[in-house]
Amino acid sequence: MSLDTVKHASETPDSEQPWKELGLKEDEYARIREILGRRPTGAELAMYSVMWSEHCSYKSSKVHLKQFGEKTPENDAMLVGIGENAGVVDVGQGYAVTFKVESHNHPSYIEPYQGAATGVGGIVRDILAMGARPVAVVDPLRFGAADHPDTKRVLPGVVAGIGGYGNCLGLPNIGGEVVFDSCYQGNPLVNAGCIGVMKHEDIHLAKASGPGNKVILYGARTGGDGIGGVSVLASETFDDTKPTKRPAVQVGDPFQEKLLIECTLEIFKEKLVAGIQDLGGAGLSCATSELASAGSGGMRVDLERVHLRDATLSPEEILMSESQERMCAIVEPQHVDRFLEICEKWDVIAVVIGEVTEGERLEIFWHGEQIVDVPPRSVAHEGPTYHRPFARPDWQDALQADDAGKLPRPQDGAELKDQVLRLVSSPNQASKSWITDQYDRFVQGNTVLAQPEDAGMVRIDEETNLGVAMATDGNGRYAKLDPYTGAQLALAEAYRNVAASGAKPLAISDCLNFGSPEDPAVMWQFAEATRGLADGCLQLGTPVTGGNVSLYNQTGEVAIHPTPVVAVLGVIDDVNRRTPIAFAEEGQLLYLLGDTKEEFGGSAWSEVIHQHLGGMPPAVDLDREKLLGEILISASRDGMIDAAHDLSDGGLVQAVVESCLRGGNGARLVVPEGLDAFTFLFSESAGRAVVAVPRSEELRFTDMCGARGLPATRIGVVDGDAVDVQGEFALSLEELRTAHEATIPGLLA
Amino acid sequence: MTARIGVVTFPGTLDDQDALRAARLAGAEAVSLWHRDKDLKQVDAVVLAGGFSYGDYLRAGAISRFSPVMESVIEQARAGMPVLGICNGFQILTEAHLLPGAMLRNNHLHFICRDQKLRVENAETAWTSDYSAGQEIEVPLKNMDGRYVADERTLDELEAEGRVAFRYLDMNPNGSLRDIAGITNAAGNVVGLMPHPEHAVEPLIGTGKTDGLGFFTSILKKLVNA
Repeated sequence: MSLDTVKHASETPDSEQPWKELGLKEDEYARIREILGRRPTGAELAMYSVMWSEHCSYKSSKVHLKQFGEKTPENDAMLVGIGENAGVVDVGQGYAVTFKVESHNHPSYIEPYQGAATGVGGIVRDILAMGARPVAVVDPLRFGAADHPDTKRVLPGVVAGIGGYGNCLGLPNIGGEVVFDSCYQGNPLVNAGCIGVMKHEDIHLAKASGPGNKVILYGARTGGDGIGGVSVLASETFDDTKPTKRPAVQVGDPFQEKLLIECTLEIFKEKLVAGIQDLGGAGLSCATSELASAGSGGMRVDLERVHLRDATLSPEEILMSESQERMCAIVEPQHVDRFLEICEKWDVIAVVIGEVTEGERLEIFWHGEQIVDVPPRSVAHEGPTYHRPFARPDWQDALQADDAGKLPRPQDGAELKDQVLRLVSSPNQASKSWITDQYDRFVQGNTVLAQPEDAGMVRIDEETNLGVAMATDGNGRYAKLDPYTGAQLALAEAYRNVAASGAKPLAISDCLNFGSPEDPAVMWQFAEATRGLADGCLQLGTPVTGGNVSLYNQTGEVAIHPTPVVAVLGVIDDVNRRTPIAFAEEGQLLYLLGDTKEEFGGSAWSEVIHQHLGGMPPAVDLDREKLLGEILISASRDGMIDAAHDLSDGGLVQAVVESCLRGGNGARLVVPEGLDAFTFLFSESAGRAVVAVPRSEELRFTDMCGARGLPATRIGVVDGDAVDVQGEFALSLEELRTAHEATIPGLLA
Repeated sequence: MTARIGVVTFPGTLDDQDALRAARLAGAEAVSLWHRDKDLKQVDAVVLAGGFSYGDYLRAGAISRFSPVMESVIEQARAGMPVLGICNGFQILTEAHLLPGAMLRNNHLHFICRDQKLRVENAETAWTSDYSAGQEIEVPLKNMDGRYVADERTLDELEAEGRVAFRYLDMNPNGSLRDIAGITNAAGNVVGLMPHPEHAVEPLIGTGKTDGLGFFTSILKKLVNA
């Protein structure tokens, strides 16, 4: 096939082009022609098609996402906001932290191991590209029913992929979630988060400025993997009739990524780059157009200089390739030699592929012939915007009217006991250690807390003991019942988890997983959830620093539950003051903080005992969450509590069982006045936590709660080797441990 | 008076910073060594840290043993210099034939990360003298290829000569023969083990125990008193 140059394109305006196959709509193709004043070349068409895909352009979601910018709370911590590779927040002592959560859902369903592995690789490079050393990863995961045969294909592959890649990078995996629900059967959610740390002065931004500066591509060779993965995979719904898309999933090489990290950090240390961008979705198309677009606009690239794994690749394929472990840097000419020297030291291939130019065109050449001549902003930042119609689904009212409060409740102690056992052994509430033990949580030697703790926590300064914490949460069942409240509950839970660990919540990142935006009902869920999240962040004072949207998570007509996953980042001045979940000391007093109401809609109890989803999710009171957070942080700092566990799905009994098993001690509980045993144990009212208070601190602690108006109810004591709900039932730790820990290996090992 | 403990960084080494920190916390002067340099910078002892050197792509440790730094390490170890191989470092030591046997993929075929109980079987090596024989310690274990194997005769020899330095307690996490977690050479200067003592040196970090610090205080005392 002859080369489709700019000149050739101008001369052959009527050539048929495969815009449809590349996922473009007719009006989008027309707009490209209008921008260029001619038909695009093959290479230009490839670039526009990937960059204007849903995944890269956020064309369906951006009209809603802009609320995160408009409703940003006053927050001095924000150093870099939405729009860069990842947001950056100030955590004090001259340190800045960058963090983000992204999805790799579709690739992980097709090829679980590589899909999940490259998801980790991609988010880590995003963090690296901000100038930060990655210090920890988290993985919020959602799969189909735990006992479905396909879950046994997808989950072990995903977990092995995350472990195989992350463990080899030397990043501790400190948190995340594993949730099962049949709504994710054909659309597992594989989200990956990463935290990076740098000094304020080391923040790097993705832009190419300064004519004459060199464009250096470094890292792995470019191959044929993942060509068109973004547009073909992430932006279309799965359909059984199409041929298998396995080759479109990228293949990862964590060893190469580890070298890339160390090499890049050394380059940063010597301040050799003027701008930097990782290569992820849409590969070079994305990196060159985004760098040029964010900078002064002009860039020339000689594409034949790109180091290839497969010499037969066409220029279009090179531009589209999503080969992993590559970065693109803008380097001033006098730093180029030293840059290449450091790459050589780390055995990383680096090639100057072009330079920043005067003017405002991105020009790409192939052996001297021009194949791309575009205004980069039109590719990277001026893609289409859709105002998709949205409408409250007609089934929403009936779903909310189907109140979980009317479900039959346990009648006596024996029945309560049976339901507690069924709850703690159910796949969603059971121990996930079979999964998380496949991840390295110790590497780097700074891990203070890791799963199953409420939040993961790492120390970032060995001298001062400054640390950061992160929790990720999302409850698709709540969000299905009410997307606005569900999104706020996800935010509230992650916020609460971070506060329970003793850290002060600072900012959030989100990964918004939804069905097809072409369905008005799904679009309504999306609009409601983003509105809820933006309002919630404003109220809690935690800005959204960035995130990711994953749409088209549906097979046929059936969408997943709307699943906004929220990651909250917190800071703790001294990690010695962190609060674990374990009830480690016998005799300590257990206090329940917050109000318990009869709230069972979307609850774990309604799912496990009645396979029911209906009614309203628990009410949200973000002012209460804030107060609870302040109490938990103060109590941790002043040594008033030795353990804290947030109450969320599964309610009080789930939290108490986890804390008892973690600490190896039992608990004697008394049902407080005004509550029945069932509501006490299973309600999922938000804004609550259970804490273990040393007797010597009881007065000080209750005085503090009283003075600040937070209900604190003494519910028992850490004691014995059973969870004993007085007058109702007792379950030995041994029985609970077996029930809690055997489920997941039983289903998946 | 202190001693210099070197930690080698191969491409793909992950726990080098942790091992350097452990050496520092024990009171030693921690020195980074680079795989391309034969120069050991006058260190008194060497730690080969954990990770996936060269991606472990051929076989764990198989390529690292041929690196320039290993020429010096092998030569010095034979001359009596203390060398500790942790996890990937242990794999490199077996590949370099400084220690007998080999590591295969875990019998359950998964990566495993857990707080692992060990029994110190030999408290007379250069790296274990701060422990007592039979002492039980808990340190993190994390590996993919941790199943120690050797032929029966070698195993019998190791047992007879007291060269099984550590044994897994409570559960064998990877199918290692005779529950072997670590071994020593006959001279007691070269020790390798799969678990990670460098991750158990501070009360707040990792397992919350400091049971691993003894490796580094043992060697320091030996070197300083020598």
